[in-house]
Amino acid sequence: MPLLRSPSKEPLWKDEFSVFTSDERYVTRRQFTKFLTLASLGMFVGNLWILAKTYFAKTPSFPFADVGEVGEIPVRGVKLFSYPTPKDHCILVRTGEQEYVAYSQKCTHLSCAVYFSAKEDRLECPCHQGFFSVRDGSVLQGPPPRPLPQITLERNGARLVAVGVKGS
Amino acid sequence: MANLERSKQRRGLVAIHGAMAFVIILLIFQIWLLSATLETFLAGHTGAVLQAAIFSGLVFLGCLALDLFVTRVDQESRKP
Repeated sequence: MPLLRSPSKEPLWKDEFSVFTSDERYVTRRQFTKFLTLASLGMFVGNLWILAKTYFAKTPSFPFADVGEVGEIPVRGVKLFSYPTPKDHCILVRTGEQEYVAYSQKCTHLSCAVYFSAKEDRLECPCHQGFFSVRDGSVLQGPPPRPLPQITLERNGARLVAVGVKGS
Repeated sequence: MANLERSKQRRGLVAIHGAMAFVIILLIFQIWLLSATLETFLAGHTGAVLQAAIFSGLVFLGCLALDLFVTRVDQESRKP
């Protein structure tokens, strides 16, 4: 056995790790396909996680909170209040003699405070000109991606009571 | 004999390339499906979550079948 290898021969690593070039090509493709299949499994697990989050989500419970007296504000008038926590600012709008609606005051775009424009009959966000319908809180115009969360109101005698939040 | 061997390998390679391309297409669809499901979930709409999970599972099974196909074709093209 010669002690020194001639320069024309294959590199030393090929002698020590005998991998054939043709085999190498197939192995690489097979491994790549396995990697793609594992990525697919990851995506499936992601979808299952979303499904599990949906089915095991806890239904939030909201407190009953007094908003004000019926007739306290004039028609097309507004009142600001906090619900369900003191940090969640909301706006109550009297849209008719016996009609009241309330929404979260936080714009669904970048959380600026919305106000009621009686002239335009809509809720407006002054930051990026996002407009919401005062009837149902849906987006009329601008960058907000979702409607405003609506506060569910109930009458308790002559008092208006907030009992929940829809679309939060 | 050598020609026959080469032809067998070439056919195997074409099949493997086709299967890989199909796996990539399925994976792109699955990525879109996951991102769309996540977006609707975060927006509070959960109506299509179950259907998305079923479709994603089917796509994964398709990828798994193609992976097994690639392995089988590879083994067959190596047989002497």
